[in-house]
Amino acid sequence: MSKKESTFLNMIISLFAITIIAGGALGFINDVTEGPIAKAKLERKVNALKQVLPEFNNNPVELVKLIKSDKAKDSIEIYTGMMDDKPIGTAVIGSSEKGYSGLVKIMVGFNLDASIKNIVVLEQKETPGLGTKMKGEKFVRQFRGKKPSEFNLKPIKDGGDVDAISGATISTRAFGEATQMAYDVFVETNPSKN
Amino acid sequence: MAEKLTQKQNFLKGIIKDNPVFVMLLGMCPTLGVTSSAFNGLGMGIATLFVLLMSNMVVSLIKSQIPSKVRIPAFIIIIASFVTIVEMVLEAYIPFLFEQLGIFIPLIVVNCLILGRAEAFASKNNLMSSIIDALGMGIGFTIALTALGAVREILGSGSIFDWRFVLEDANTMLLFILPPGAFIALAYLSVVFNKISKTN
Repeated sequence: MSKKESTFLNMIISLFAITIIAGGALGFINDVTEGPIAKAKLERKVNALKQVLPEFNNNPVELVKLIKSDKAKDSIEIYTGMMDDKPIGTAVIGSSEKGYSGLVKIMVGFNLDASIKNIVVLEQKETPGLGTKMKGEKFVRQFRGKKPSEFNLKPIKDGGDVDAISGATISTRAFGEATQMAYDVFVETNPSKN
Repeated sequence: MAEKLTQKQNFLKGIIKDNPVFVMLLGMCPTLGVTSSAFNGLGMGIATLFVLLMSNMVVSLIKSQIPSKVRIPAFIIIIASFVTIVEMVLEAYIPFLFEQLGIFIPLIVVNCLILGRAEAFASKNNLMSSIIDALGMGIGFTIALTALGAVREILGSGSIFDWRFVLEDANTMLLFILPPGAFIALAYLSVVFNKISKTN
């Protein structure tokens, strides 16, 4: 089989052809997968909302409010759950950069009386088997039904009320900080509720 | 030399004699990085198998059209395209696995196993041999990653394919799902694998 000579023109032509074909193929696949990717992302959000809010029958993702706060780099997302057009709870996304390996992002659901309904971890890179226990029922349970105005979100070690994950005080601290941020934003947007 | 192999030997060499992970020690970055569970290892292995198969096929088909001075950039573009396709498809249809593998999917591009097979095998052999070579190497890679993931998951989390056989609070050997555990498990598996394949 004759191999193409490595002349300048040959090299340009073959690389040009390969990149054109590759670009075209990627564009096509992107068109095909764009819809399903957006759907998968939305589904994940709705699933998280279902876990942290009381039962709702509206579409909270449509009612998202974006709040600028000096506590977070990005704007903070706030979702309101409604049952027959009456608000029944609010979900706020809180985050902290102080996790053991950076960002911890959680979604906190509040009942109308400003108590915590549930918390779901959206993103974390904590140590497997230690910090990742923040996703576990055993840890999250202690937050349910508590009002952050009466329940200090810092670990017991720092003078708070949170029973820390053993071996993962830093992760617990970040989790508490993220929850606190979500609560602060919740109070800011619902001044009467405190 | 490669021409003398029968297709069966060609296929089996990737799994046993030249196993990319245990014998050639290629593609160590994903091998050590994602194998914290058997499922992750399997997912990564299959993603790599797909990219390897496609890139070997394409390289083998167009090898006569690529001037040898630009063959490396040409191979990399081909590999990167298939990796991006895998990434988009995983994100769209298996978002759970996509999240687990994270940064290691785009890093398949620089997995030297794939470029190595394109350079050392597909650019010198016909389509059929290249496909068989890719299947053998890819399956060998998948088996190795799954085995490594299984060992680490059993010792480190007390579960296998996410099925727990110890209590929630049991103390498992956490070391094995942390990065150092990857090196230790890989070394022991490699010793065992080479011992067995040499005696046979």
